[in-house]
Amino acid sequence: MDPKDKKKKLSPTKMAMPEQPAAERVHNFYEVPMGYTPEMAMEEAKRCIQCKKPLCVGGCPVNIDIPWFIKYIAEGKFLEAAHKLKETNGLPAVCGRVCPQEDQCEKVCIIGKKGDPVSIGRLERFAADFEREHGEVAVPVIPTSTGKKIAVVGAGPAGLTVAGDMIKKGHKVTVFEALHAPGGVLVYGIPEFRLPKKIVEAEVDYLKRMGVDLQLNAVIGKFETIDEIFADGYEAVFVATGAGAPKLMNIPGENLVGVYSANEYLTRVNLMKAYQFPDYDTPVLLGRRMVVIGAGNTAMDAARTALRLGPEEVTIVYRRSREEMPARAEEIHHGEEEGLKFQLLTNPVRFIGDRDGKLTAIECVQMELGEPDESGRRRPVAIAGSEFTIECDVAIISVGNDVNPLIPHSTPDMRITKWGTIIIDQDTGRTNKRGVFAGGDIVRGGATVILAMGDGRRAANSMHEFLETGEW
Amino acid sequence: MYEIAEKIELSHGVYIFKIKAPGIARKRKAGQFVMIRTDEHGERVPFTIMDPCNDDGTITILVQEVGKSTSILCGMNKGDFILDAVGPLGHPTHIEKYGTVVCVGGGIGTAPVLPIAKAMKAGGNKIVSIIGARTHGLVILEKEMGEVSDELHVTTDDGSYGHHGFVTEVLQKFLDEGVQIDLVLAVGPLPMMRAVCDVTKPFKVHTLVSLNPIMVDGTGMCGACRVTVGDKTRFVCVDGPEFDGHEVDFDEIIKRNRTYFKEEKRAMEELTYHEGPRCYEEG
Repeated sequence: MDPKDKKKKLSPTKMAMPEQPAAERVHNFYEVPMGYTPEMAMEEAKRCIQCKKPLCVGGCPVNIDIPWFIKYIAEGKFLEAAHKLKETNGLPAVCGRVCPQEDQCEKVCIIGKKGDPVSIGRLERFAADFEREHGEVAVPVIPTSTGKKIAVVGAGPAGLTVAGDMIKKGHKVTVFEALHAPGGVLVYGIPEFRLPKKIVEAEVDYLKRMGVDLQLNAVIGKFETIDEIFADGYEAVFVATGAGAPKLMNIPGENLVGVYSANEYLTRVNLMKAYQFPDYDTPVLLGRRMVVIGAGNTAMDAARTALRLGPEEVTIVYRRSREEMPARAEEIHHGEEEGLKFQLLTNPVRFIGDRDGKLTAIECVQMELGEPDESGRRRPVAIAGSEFTIECDVAIISVGNDVNPLIPHSTPDMRITKWGTIIIDQDTGRTNKRGVFAGGDIVRGGATVILAMGDGRRAANSMHEFLETGEW
Repeated sequence: MYEIAEKIELSHGVYIFKIKAPGIARKRKAGQFVMIRTDEHGERVPFTIMDPCNDDGTITILVQEVGKSTSILCGMNKGDFILDAVGPLGHPTHIEKYGTVVCVGGGIGTAPVLPIAKAMKAGGNKIVSIIGARTHGLVILEKEMGEVSDELHVTTDDGSYGHHGFVTEVLQKFLDEGVQIDLVLAVGPLPMMRAVCDVTKPFKVHTLVSLNPIMVDGTGMCGACRVTVGDKTRFVCVDGPEFDGHEVDFDEIIKRNRTYFKEEKRAMEELTYHEGPRCYEEG
């Protein structure tokens, strides 16, 4: 960095990112934050003081060399910045948008102690977008083939990371995906206005150009088992099938017409493009008064998707208080700007329907916070006699996911927990079954994109070692 | 992409499609289904696999033109390509030697009954089949069902062919006469499956039904197909599609299947304005 710049006083506040105004964006599915201009990015990058011992790198689950890529941006070398990012992160345009930076790299940023931390996520997004939009996405030189082939089950963040890492190490890679489109939660779960699907397509296209073979519509566990994959000549398998089975609440009326799981609602709208019905054939119910139960990121995605389909109101119903809401502050803030309502310390006890089996209301009970539970958050306790009803015609249950049972059931010799998650060695991603590795939500039971990618990185390294040495 | 190898019209608006899908044909067992998406704008729609042919790697499904998606599919012809076919999904029918198995097929429900009857026959069971339709022209697969059954009974609602009345009447008669029945398997419209269960319940005859709810992914991811079975919520796509009919909450699934009644009507109206077949390049 220019010594002149160093002397300049650092701005305590981060560079704001332009956004679509709330009143406008609530009527469309275009992306909400519009990204930095090159000038904005350079100015924000100059707020990084290039620490000798950068804490941010340790805060990143895939240990991106953050000061280095930011230095490139500050110098206007945007493509170099993107290449630097891609050395450690195969999906920077995705992570720049959906990572909870405030709990990771930006949380430990030293200048964040006195003012705003450096906007690492926004800079990451800028560099990746710049490279993609300028059509200069270079495919790295692939080493001579090792002659070994490996399979990846599930084309979500963990699976795509392993595919990218392993092809760069010279192995042949086939990715089996159950759905008709690759991306996993990036395409069925996260809405277009938060992660445009063309970005996911570009990232997958990059992998294909490197030589990754992608097999869609292949439900492993049904179409083929893991043992059959080995019989086909694959020498190692990475299982990353995610936590794609919705948790329900086990309360009366849950199967009324108008009660959705967040997975179903989001899959209809995102993957199947129900927001373009009838141009696209898959419908989704357009509620008048809608309720989303839960306050995690998926709940915010569902609620903000619902807002864009024109109901009178959308309300988040959550059993704890505002402080305990697990969603990112930015998502809650965006939702509020868009008119999202919150009914906190409230727990549904029963869904009420009419004669046609259609949802008309939810009976709820008021809660108060008691002693902290095992999660460290104060446990919500029902207040006796406080029952009341909320009128609504669509309810979306977003209280978490279970793992999909197809692989564990069809692979009886692989060890799983009582929740159905696969048991692995934390450092290597190895399961108890020779040649089989696992990572992402099928192991964690429901976490973030970047943690899944970190799992993929570790598993790819240890898979490579296994292929080289043959030692298990 | 999955090529249509053959298309046969069975009766008005009812077609048999043979689709090239060697991977699915190789693995499929009786009772399982596939999800089909015709093109980029299409829905994912489940169809029971009637028959696989491993020699030419095809699977056979039966499609009745009822809404937009099935109309688009029925408008496709031999040599055309279907964009997506996923499977085989769901649990296969549990086959064992029960003794006498009564296979009941209502309307196009006879199509999914056929492979199960075949598998049950191969499993050493005596097969008594009852197939019904509204009228003679809508009776399907009579010859094929006859070939796998020890006894075949055909009913029509209007009396134009076979027994004048419902499939349940023939079944009721067997039970009243004390015929030994070890298992009843029924596939057809939901009210018909419910009626079959109402008939067998007093006689405590184990009755399996194959459910056909609305699905989205078909792999246990969304829960669109959930149904109450014995007070527990089950997903038809991964827990079924066959369940103990005496435990199924038919009222609930009938209501759930009407969820998109308005939207389906609107989509059909839209389709009639559409000129010519839809193709992949569009949009």
